[in-house]
Amino acid sequence: MTSSATTAAPAPTAQATPAISLQGLGKSFGQVHAVHELDLDIRQGEFFSLLGPSGSGKTTVLRLIAGFELPTSGAILLGGKDVTRSAPFERNVNTVFQDYALFPHLTVAKNVEYGLKLHGVPAAKRKARVAAALEMIRLPHVADRLPSQLSGGQRQRVALARALVLRPEVLLLDEPLGALDKQLREQMQIELKQIQREVGITFVFVTHDQEEALTLSDRVAVFNEGKIQQVGSPEDLYQRPATEFVAGFLGSTNLIDGALAAALTGTEQLVSLRPERVRVGAPAEGEAGIAGVVAESVFTGPGRRLLVTPDGFPEHSLLAEVPHGAPGSSAARGERLELAWPREAAYAVPRD
Amino acid sequence: MRFSSLSKNTLRALTALIMAAVYVPLALVIMNSFNAATSSSFPVQEFSTKWWVAAWNNQGVREALWTSVKVAFWATLIALILGSMVAFALSRYRFFGRNTVNLLVVLPIALPGIVTGVAFSNTFKNVFEPLSINLGLFSIIVGHATFCIVMVFNNVQARLGQMNRGLEEAAMDMGANVFRTFFQVTFPGFRAAFVAGALLAFALSFDEVVVTTFTAAPGTETLPIWIYNNMARPNQAPVVNVIAAVLILVSMIPVYLSQRLTGADQLERKAAKQRKAA
Repeated sequence: MTSSATTAAPAPTAQATPAISLQGLGKSFGQVHAVHELDLDIRQGEFFSLLGPSGSGKTTVLRLIAGFELPTSGAILLGGKDVTRSAPFERNVNTVFQDYALFPHLTVAKNVEYGLKLHGVPAAKRKARVAAALEMIRLPHVADRLPSQLSGGQRQRVALARALVLRPEVLLLDEPLGALDKQLREQMQIELKQIQREVGITFVFVTHDQEEALTLSDRVAVFNEGKIQQVGSPEDLYQRPATEFVAGFLGSTNLIDGALAAALTGTEQLVSLRPERVRVGAPAEGEAGIAGVVAESVFTGPGRRLLVTPDGFPEHSLLAEVPHGAPGSSAARGERLELAWPREAAYAVPRD
Repeated sequence: MRFSSLSKNTLRALTALIMAAVYVPLALVIMNSFNAATSSSFPVQEFSTKWWVAAWNNQGVREALWTSVKVAFWATLIALILGSMVAFALSRYRFFGRNTVNLLVVLPIALPGIVTGVAFSNTFKNVFEPLSINLGLFSIIVGHATFCIVMVFNNVQARLGQMNRGLEEAAMDMGANVFRTFFQVTFPGFRAAFVAGALLAFALSFDEVVVTTFTAAPGTETLPIWIYNNMARPNQAPVVNVIAAVLILVSMIPVYLSQRLTGADQLERKAAKQRKAA
């Protein structure tokens, strides 16, 4: 498991103790094992994503860190301190909930102020910090409105302000953008990233959206069936998937095995080949390739997606994403052409 | 749905007829309470408030009223505590026998009052009396509490089922301990249902006759029992009319309030739905 230099320059002193350390963490609900024997260190100041399909255990891990669930086994350390058995209100972490969980009967300002009041912050200071928090999310003008009077994106930002105003060691985000439409979600992704950089707090972000995880994170842990499949930078995960599941879950890929793999790479291993690394043309120096017939040709906007049946392997097909203007970008069904890709693009993946 | 004018008018007439069937007799009771004559008659020959004065000065009425208030108060209090706790247990936790407990809690409201009454009466006579334990008023209170609990339980449980538990988690997440979370987030969330349940329980206990008849010690009279016992007495019948008139007016208050409260709940729910849709 590699973890290349991808951290957003955390303070050197903070590097020593991880912000969160999960040690042999397990959680069962009756007969169902939601989380299996999990070991994971999350660094200080890192934007860390827990990525996986629904039911993979990622949200359970987040709830364990927050303290809403108690683990069946293992330990949770926050900044080196064991909090495994602590109540949620004893942990210096805050959560942005999937449905925001804003108090419906309190105004935006009162919502943001609530935690400060509980922590005994004096009134004058509270006011200043609430104002600063609303400034940060660029919504100072909605302070006196009720949550029901806000749009989805505004509510999302208020939830963020409410959690960040307490200056937690770690901010936990449970699919916070899940309820927003695509355009707003992309805009919020950028904002989240900016805010995280500004405040320098460790973010633990749960999502099932692989694109979101790749764009936002310093590092990502990919979950499946209660286990971590791989931890690494987005690049690691995408270019060098450690398991068949990771290769298939992040982006689309050609998973090639059997005789075709042998013909293309010389071994019968399972191989992952990203469609965008495949081009149309004769293989050049250092490239591999194969000729075939276009079985399907689809316009995608940014380019054209070709499904090619390789010569001699009628039961297989290869996917290629061809950008506009590149050779093959107007290939039609039934056309014969050659596919080529850099040899290192065909990456051997262990079978699940 | 659209109606033809014929069916509209038919429905109107039917509604008026049903309302009249319910409310005309009540109106007659109120009117007769102002009737100067000793026996009820229609039309009223002479109006007077003398029976109201008589009722006010009637020692039996006063004692019965006080008994009823005490019984309803204690039965409601027991129902609030036990009913809310059961509602929490059943809606928030999964445990062995959960459905059975649910059924057992709701059953007393479906059980004929006479069965509950006989059962309690037997228990008190055959178990407590031989041990020379005199339960007095407490026997009526326990009898009433069995069905009052259901009122509170039903209201609170329904509300708890709709409550967003995320709000409680959010409060804890921001540093509120268990008590603060309960009193600042959880209780305000089901307060309306809690109060509505209390009002219904009180009203139900206040006019209960059957269970009371079987569980009251000799000589103990609640207001409904007093009415029942005095209705047939020619001299007391006009006073009964007055009491009935008062009870009609008084019982409207809790019903109105509990409707208002659950109505407020519904508004909140509607708003929540709109938020979700938005």
